[in-house]
Amino acid sequence: MAPLENSRATAKLVPQQRTWYVPERDADKPPILECIGLGVNFGGLSAVKDFDLTLGPTEIAGLIGPNGAGKTTVFNLLTKVYEPTHGTILFDGKDTHNMTTAGISHAGMARTFQNIRLFANMTVEQNITVAMDREIKYSLLSGIVHGPGWKRKEKEAHDKAMDFLSIFNMEQYAGARAGSLPYGAQRRLEILRALSTKPKLLLLDEPAAGMNPSETAELTENIRLIRDRFEIAVLLIEHDMNLVMNLCEGICVLNFGEVIAKGSPEDIQQDPAVIEAYLGRKEA
Amino acid sequence: MIEFIKTLISGLGLGSIYALIALGYTMVYGIAKMLNFAHGDVIMVGAYAGIVAFTSAGLPPVFTVFLSVLVCTLLGVTIEHFAYKPLRGASSLSVLITAIGMSYLLQNLALMIFGSQQKAYPQYVKLGQVSLGAVTVDGITLLTLGVTACIMVGMSLFINRTKLGKAMRAVAEDRGAAELMGISVDRTIALTFAIGSALAAVASMCYGLTYVYIKPTTGAMPGIKAFTAAVFGGIGSLPGAMLGGIALGVIEQMAKTYISPLWADAIVFAVLVLVLVVRPTGLLGKEIQEKV
Amino acid sequence: MGRAKELLKNKNAVTLIALAAAYAVVAWMLYSGHITRQFTNMIIPMSMYIVLAVSLNLVVGFLGELNLGHAGFMSVGLFTGCLLSISLADKLPLIARLPLCMLVGGICAGLFGFAVGMPALRLKGDYLAIVTLACGEIVKNIITNLNVTGGARGLNTQPIYSGAKALLPYAVVLVFLTVIVMMHIKKSKQGRAIMAIRDNRIAAESIGLNVTYYKLTVFIIAAFFAGAAGALYGHYFANVKAVTFDYNMSIEILVIVVLGGMGSVRGSVIAAVVLQALPEIFRDFGDYRMLIYAVVLILAMLLTNSPRLAPLRQKLSSVRLGKAKETGGENHGTA
Repeated sequence: MAPLENSRATAKLVPQQRTWYVPERDADKPPILECIGLGVNFGGLSAVKDFDLTLGPTEIAGLIGPNGAGKTTVFNLLTKVYEPTHGTILFDGKDTHNMTTAGISHAGMARTFQNIRLFANMTVEQNITVAMDREIKYSLLSGIVHGPGWKRKEKEAHDKAMDFLSIFNMEQYAGARAGSLPYGAQRRLEILRALSTKPKLLLLDEPAAGMNPSETAELTENIRLIRDRFEIAVLLIEHDMNLVMNLCEGICVLNFGEVIAKGSPEDIQQDPAVIEAYLGRKEA
Repeated sequence: MIEFIKTLISGLGLGSIYALIALGYTMVYGIAKMLNFAHGDVIMVGAYAGIVAFTSAGLPPVFTVFLSVLVCTLLGVTIEHFAYKPLRGASSLSVLITAIGMSYLLQNLALMIFGSQQKAYPQYVKLGQVSLGAVTVDGITLLTLGVTACIMVGMSLFINRTKLGKAMRAVAEDRGAAELMGISVDRTIALTFAIGSALAAVASMCYGLTYVYIKPTTGAMPGIKAFTAAVFGGIGSLPGAMLGGIALGVIEQMAKTYISPLWADAIVFAVLVLVLVVRPTGLLGKEIQEKV
Repeated sequence: MGRAKELLKNKNAVTLIALAAAYAVVAWMLYSGHITRQFTNMIIPMSMYIVLAVSLNLVVGFLGELNLGHAGFMSVGLFTGCLLSISLADKLPLIARLPLCMLVGGICAGLFGFAVGMPALRLKGDYLAIVTLACGEIVKNIITNLNVTGGARGLNTQPIYSGAKALLPYAVVLVFLTVIVMMHIKKSKQGRAIMAIRDNRIAAESIGLNVTYYKLTVFIIAAFFAGAAGALYGHYFANVKAVTFDYNMSIEILVIVVLGGMGSVRGSVIAAVVLQALPEIFRDFGDYRMLIYAVVLILAMLLTNSPRLAPLRQKLSSVRLGKAKETGGENHGTA
């Protein structure tokens, strides 16, 4: 498919030929995310090029590739941390090109960061409740005078936060400073913070980085549980192939900013282009 | 037209003084990553040193300038060693407050020693009025311009061509990496303060010869203006400090001549705000994209 | 008994009770005449500095943006509030006039805060700091050059002058209002959002916080209280000049905030009192007093912040076991 150079002008989209398949259970539902010819240039250098992706509403998908392949850049494009220079993102059926980072969150996409970005000087509980900003509804005045509703809504927020923390058994940390948590717990908290924005799609950037095999196994299970409980789609970047192959239903492989393979874990493991990207070409 | 050229030249003179001070601010900011709020007061100390050397001790002009530079350099290095070095690694705000404390300290020391009465800076260089065609300008202004031009060329060569200059750029870029490459960060920062303070001494000479009267608070306003100039040009950038200083001086003089001396400060600061809103990192500052 | 213990656990309640007790003592001394002139002269300025420091803390400590123009906010409120007060001096008694003027002064300062906050959306760190400083200086310059504000001779506030005895109740109300509002904001969703923006702006945006809205809100609220304080402060003098409220004063307020602890309301209150009292305490030292103030300031910063002295601080804090010290976020700042 040709890159959509002037996609900004083409507001109306024609159905694309699917170059990606979704799990059978999602087949009849509209996709949660569609990227068409997505790309970005940094000073003439194209970091991501012709990126196409379709994601089912309850799918767990993986985005893998060697270091520097542009995986995190894709996340930054999806969440509008960077503005794409090419292509279109359809999230939940809506074109996102006029949305801000905050607007993307309101639309229902949440993410974690490769280099953890918690609110380090706030408590664990506050890290969760702050993400419920739109759900906790009271006015600035009410916040200032602690008027009627404030106490009830704060109590609700507290209960919900504890509920979220219980997903990873982190209730006992509720009052601790987020920056003081051990590394693994910080990663888990970041996932919970993203979840508490009530997303439809969760983007996880290397959720298992720095975890040992048993922690990783637990995380794998938990991500699956989260998907089942909240019925959301998950797109994750990960270097741990065990986790990716166990968890992901579809996998997309990036190298030098371009998609080199897509398919089920089995397909990916057999794909010569992927093997070459990871292991290098065998000298003849 | 003649008035315009006169204003322009005196603006360049004032801007040169700002630029000299701004260089100190911007170098320290670029390399030590701190706002040295006491930098303006170093100028005041330099000016008093000049008064003592020439008027009280009767030294010849060359020695007066030399002594003033020496005093400021030592002062800058001493301040860095005792007040700022122990705070390396602490939050930048706490360093800023310490620098503010240092500024109070210098002002009050001067107040105690020299009193609140303003003192006349010795006019050991007498150039009178110089005629350039139809335009008559102060000789001192031309001297200031010449001295500043020489220093700017010298500084550019030093930073870009010498080993020490390279070390300074390396520390500015990445302190940790520079340290691993065998560059002594402590010595480089001390050197930065020494150079910045020496430039402040030169600025104090130009200031004293131009504006004559010196008080303990003399350094504050030029200090603030020069700091503004450094930010205006893009803090951390040497050419930015020079450009910012000159631009600020010219704008100030133009505003004084053509609008009103009363409104000059408001206009200078308003231009600054406008420029920063349009170019959030100053005229020559680099935009640093945060890595996500 | 149980209730009392519960109350003591609540840091904010303790602060408010201590503050109320302090003001009760001050009021008793002031109205019964058991007070020196020197001390009387400190009451109103000290109260004003509490308001200024606590409101600046909202910008610097909670939002994490360096503001070097807080005195400018105060100046706007002072001159608008006092001009209104002068024009109403014959028509309204102080009890109606002063609150009205404080409100108007606060609102005008809030509008100015909004104007200063706008560039704040695009600028970061030192660039924002210099813009706030510039705005403060612009205000000073404008007020000094306007006829309506008395020009360089200053505004004649003789007609509305009121002494410490008359102003104390209003000052107390304003101080409590400011302190309580800041405490409440800290514990509301708005406060959490503001602190989140401070800790990590990109993450704050990614969870859907409207950074623009919250930043402007902070600037407006902080300016409002500074302006209200200004309107009150103007009534304490027979003549006010805009040059008094320059960047030096802004810096003075910033010093209070940093020494008191970023984001700590209680710290700002204590530091405001201590730093305002210090020069008076050192009055016996005559000319040396500002010198001592400077040295104390430098030493205090070195002792509390030097990474080299961290082991010493740890020893000290383990000696004062149980005395929980409020420390806010300090790893953000001008860089």
